[in-house]
Amino acid sequence: MLTRQPRLRAVLGEATRVSVLLASIAGLSALLLVAGGYHVGAGLDALWYGSVGSWYAFTSATLVRAIPLMFTGLAVAVAFRAGVFNIGAEGQLLAGAAAATAIALVVPRVGGPALLVVGLALLAAAVAGAVWAAIAAVLRARFGVLEVISTIMLNFVALYGVSYLVRGPLQEPTRVYPQSPTILDTLHLPRIAGAGRLHVGLLLGMALAVIGGWIFRHTAAGFRLIAVGENPSAAASAGGIDVVRTTTRAFMASGALAGLAGGVEVLGVTFALYDNISPGYGYTAIAVALLAGLDPWRVMLTAVLFGGLEAGAGAMQRDAGVPSSLVSVIEALLILTIVAAQARRLRKVHAPDVTFLDVRDR
Amino acid sequence: MSDVVASFLAATIRTAVPLALAAFGELIVERAGVINIGLEGAILAGAFGALVGASTGSVGIGFAAAICAGLLMAAVFALCVIGLRTDQIIAGTALTLLSVGATGTLYRTMFGSSGAALGIPTSALLAIPGLSSIPVIGAALFAQPPITYVAYLVAPILAWWFSRTHAGLALRAVGERPEAAEAAGIAVDRARVLAILVGGALGGLAGGTLVLAQAGTFVEGMSAGRGFIAIAIVVLGRWTPLGVAGGALLFGAASALQFAFQAMGWNAPYQLFLVAPYLLTLAALAGAVGRARAPGALGKALERRQ
Repeated sequence: MLTRQPRLRAVLGEATRVSVLLASIAGLSALLLVAGGYHVGAGLDALWYGSVGSWYAFTSATLVRAIPLMFTGLAVAVAFRAGVFNIGAEGQLLAGAAAATAIALVVPRVGGPALLVVGLALLAAAVAGAVWAAIAAVLRARFGVLEVISTIMLNFVALYGVSYLVRGPLQEPTRVYPQSPTILDTLHLPRIAGAGRLHVGLLLGMALAVIGGWIFRHTAAGFRLIAVGENPSAAASAGGIDVVRTTTRAFMASGALAGLAGGVEVLGVTFALYDNISPGYGYTAIAVALLAGLDPWRVMLTAVLFGGLEAGAGAMQRDAGVPSSLVSVIEALLILTIVAAQARRLRKVHAPDVTFLDVRDR
Repeated sequence: MSDVVASFLAATIRTAVPLALAAFGELIVERAGVINIGLEGAILAGAFGALVGASTGSVGIGFAAAICAGLLMAAVFALCVIGLRTDQIIAGTALTLLSVGATGTLYRTMFGSSGAALGIPTSALLAIPGLSSIPVIGAALFAQPPITYVAYLVAPILAWWFSRTHAGLALRAVGERPEAAEAAGIAVDRARVLAILVGGALGGLAGGTLVLAQAGTFVEGMSAGRGFIAIAIVVLGRWTPLGVAGGALLFGAASALQFAFQAMGWNAPYQLFLVAPYLLTLAALAGAVGRARAPGALGKALERRQ
């Protein structure tokens, strides 16, 4: 009993936090609906039934949207933990989506078992995401370029890159629509039985989250990454850690995870490449990761939370006429509240002397 | 040929003005030791504010509303990073997200989801007598909307203010050595709040310029990364007003090349032109950062010994 009490308290604390969070999201939404002059009842009703009101909504809307958020949320968590401000998950996702589409369209012409092609496509997505991140990583390590700016610039480059591909080399054969041909049915990620459009990408994402959390907690690599993120100069001088190598690896791992998000989205949901393939998953991912306290295990929960929010917002726009961009406002306010609360807690202990601006590993 | 040159120059100035206004704002903020990644949000808010203000029928009210919208975003940012001591980068990112969401929601709420083109008044061109009749460059440089001339004046005024006035020197001290500045009796946090507010106002003005002097309408997300490009221009301009002006002109010229190439019938995927400013930003940052020195306390909150 004595040993179980702290755990019980921890569970209760977590439950309290989650309920406060859910209540504040509902309150915030209601407030914004009132401010916008919308019918609050209808709006909240749509938010509810569009996300968790039915088994179909929960699996085919909420969880399907949670999958890319889980991958990109993990990507952001890994980078932020290492002190790397990667806000380029959106661009890395697009690079991954483009690479997976290209492989899934080209390789079957040569032949080969479907499983192998799917594996290759996902691998290509991860590599493409990592390469896209590597550009910013090299700019940071070599020239001290702030990755905040470079990753955002690369997001725009990726956006126009996809725009070019779907009107150029990857356009469907009739050359009418700005999108790629649809990939073969045999290459679709299998769906989970009895769960509508939900596909096995969810299991892959959860597996990576579990592994990620384990790496952070129990391996030397995870320790190095966190040490560098907390205090790069101490990690270098006292820990003898190669800071540049650690941050660069974390940056590329982050890119690979975001790239996978794009690959999984193409093979599991869209089955083709087109503009706007991502409704800003890479940006929402920042809220997902921060809300999870940058902990991969908790990212699984917060990804579902934001997946539900996005799904509910879709229903609000369809049925209650509320613009779905309202969700961005909620996300932004949540981020600000979280970092303000964290700053408050930190200030009680010591003033933080490391910011995301420090590129001390140069 | 002189037609091509003149239109190239005019396009350069047109693109450079909003970038320069925003970059001057960010320059003031960064010289005070704060980095505001939320500048993009201030520009977008300013653009939307301009639409709302100008729908009264007055361009002047449009610009005033643009400034107010930028100020509002800056006030939230100041509250977070100065009042609550949150991480500046995260707060700035959240603020941009907030602005994207809020302007999108408000736009569709107030003007309908169809987003029909709205008839708002735009800023008329003001030709400066004499100067505007200089061959080739005259019309390009001196037959512009009034806001352009405001931008021309900001750089020299800022340069003078930073190096010749007590307030300007105090602001630089705050950005370089906040602890020392505080010991010398300067109210560091107040100076930073003021700098953030002025920066937000200039960001809002940049957004207003996009709507009132260029596009003539509002489009969701129309800031299109200009806030981030402006931050890169501050680095490229080595944190000096004249350098920033030069950087903005360089970006303006790069964007104007697309019209020049199209005019010459050069055939390339149009995305290549659209992507050029972002690639240029990356190249410029890689080339400039190593040689420039940022304000000493950039991005760091003032620590109080208790």
